[in-house]
Amino acid sequence: MSALSFTLKLELQQRLDCAPLTADHLAGKSPAEIAAIPLQCGNRTLRTDEAFHREGDDAGHIRFLKASSKLDNIGKGMRGGFIAVDGDAGAYLGMQMKGGKIEVSGSVGAYAACEMKDGEVLIRGNAGDFLGAALPGNRKGMAGGVVIVKGDAADRVGDHLRRGAILIEGNAGDYLGSRMIAGTIAVAGSVGAHPGYAMNRGTLLLLKTPAALPPTFNDCGSHTLGFLPLLLKGFQGLDTCFGERAGSLRRVRRYAGDMAGKGQGEILVAL
Amino acid sequence: MIINGVHIDDSFAEAFPMRATRVVITAQDLKWAYHAANAMTGFATSVIACNCEAGIERELSPEETPDGRPGLSAMFFAMGGKTLTKQVETRAGQCVLTSPTSALFAGLDAADKIPLGKNLRFYGDGFQISKRINGKRYWRVPVMDGEFLAEDSTGMVKAIGGGNFLVQAESQPQALAACEAAIEAMRKIPNVIMPFPGGVVRSGSKVGSKYKGLNASTNDPFCPTLKGQTRSELSPEVESVMEIVIDGLSEGDIEKAMRAGIEAACSLGAQNGIRRISAGNYGGKLGPFLFHLHKIMA
Repeated sequence: MSALSFTLKLELQQRLDCAPLTADHLAGKSPAEIAAIPLQCGNRTLRTDEAFHREGDDAGHIRFLKASSKLDNIGKGMRGGFIAVDGDAGAYLGMQMKGGKIEVSGSVGAYAACEMKDGEVLIRGNAGDFLGAALPGNRKGMAGGVVIVKGDAADRVGDHLRRGAILIEGNAGDYLGSRMIAGTIAVAGSVGAHPGYAMNRGTLLLLKTPAALPPTFNDCGSHTLGFLPLLLKGFQGLDTCFGERAGSLRRVRRYAGDMAGKGQGEILVAL
Repeated sequence: MIINGVHIDDSFAEAFPMRATRVVITAQDLKWAYHAANAMTGFATSVIACNCEAGIERELSPEETPDGRPGLSAMFFAMGGKTLTKQVETRAGQCVLTSPTSALFAGLDAADKIPLGKNLRFYGDGFQISKRINGKRYWRVPVMDGEFLAEDSTGMVKAIGGGNFLVQAESQPQALAACEAAIEAMRKIPNVIMPFPGGVVRSGSKVGSKYKGLNASTNDPFCPTLKGQTRSELSPEVESVMEIVIDGLSEGDIEKAMRAGIEAACSLGAQNGIRRISAGNYGGKLGPFLFHLHKIMA
């Protein structure tokens, strides 16, 4: 069995909804059935074989080749399997996914991993706004799993984050971890304005000292926290630099907040 | 059967089903891990009056512990899950939470759970923080020396308690020396503990008593000072008997420990006053697990 590959053969003018192309939906389907799967593209519907050239037969290992930032909903709600995206991906990558792994070689649009329940998302490029957040109007964001961004992430990362970990190796934009309920966001680079805005609980782990922290976060002093090596060790099997810090990062400065809200969250700045 | 001049009785140890768990205690260094573990496994020699039997299983290197610090694994055995749960929770709260620099982790993975940090977290008075790492929940409880880190719960499994053997020697020092050698060898066997002080019990008991309300009393057939007063099991030259009790996760674990212990005790040989190895049983009526000495040492 070889990976089931979908090579984009159109120059897309409208966004294409790739939600039906997951292992759960494709398992057991014949090539003809897969070719006939309808995909929403703008205000019309395309057959899968009109948008993609298909090769291979292993629905547990799906590849999107020549992918573009107009491919939305890749891996939406997937429960297992592996999806590799060669190129960029659009919005809602891995939305509500419950298991499996998605790897994107390029960058992704807004709302990647939003309301994700479990699994792993690896983005080698940059991520758009609302990474791991809740959908607009919803109040519970990502609730499990791990998201790794090798590049930068835009604004409102982890808005309403409930559980799980978002690991950003580059920089993060404004309002990092806004309205967080729980969970962990770690950033190796710099962060934008207002980190932890309206944060209830959860942890922002910053490897670089931010230029400024909101006045609603109170300094709790410098500490050696025993849970940090354990947390970082948990990332060691993943493709991320954070696992490498398990032996060295133990001492942090702790800021508690957001005191304008529940105030049980924390920003930990590595020392 | 005779090993190095020591007579091995054609007898058996009688053991019974228990419930067991294991925890991992870490600290800044082994000294403080021992302080916490010794306290947590203290007053846990026998279920007769302690409600549970407990002991330190072995030392753990930083590479073996979840938080990369030196630690110890300790095991707890009780007659039922409810008692075990209560004992472990109480002891964790009073002995490990209170011990400087300590952290507490699960040492067993099983479907049945015993809370560790699950309820201890409330000591944090709302300031406790939950972290889910690799599918396991941990609690960070703020305390005066920093944070107490505890895994949410540990596993509970079916186990066996009451494996034993008796060392009969010509003198008290000789009996103790043989038992010390046995314990040193048995501590290398995983999944077992010897819950009595130093692993050795000098007051082996029989079931029942002439006094109402006492369900155990001195094992008079093995008391050397009563040789002429009771139906003694001891030969004239035996002046001291000591017992090693073993609790383990499986029959195989207890058998391995008994074999290692008896071999070590017998290695001192008859020339050092070790005369006989026997075992405690109740005629096969009490427990379903029978450990025959000849079979184990074959």
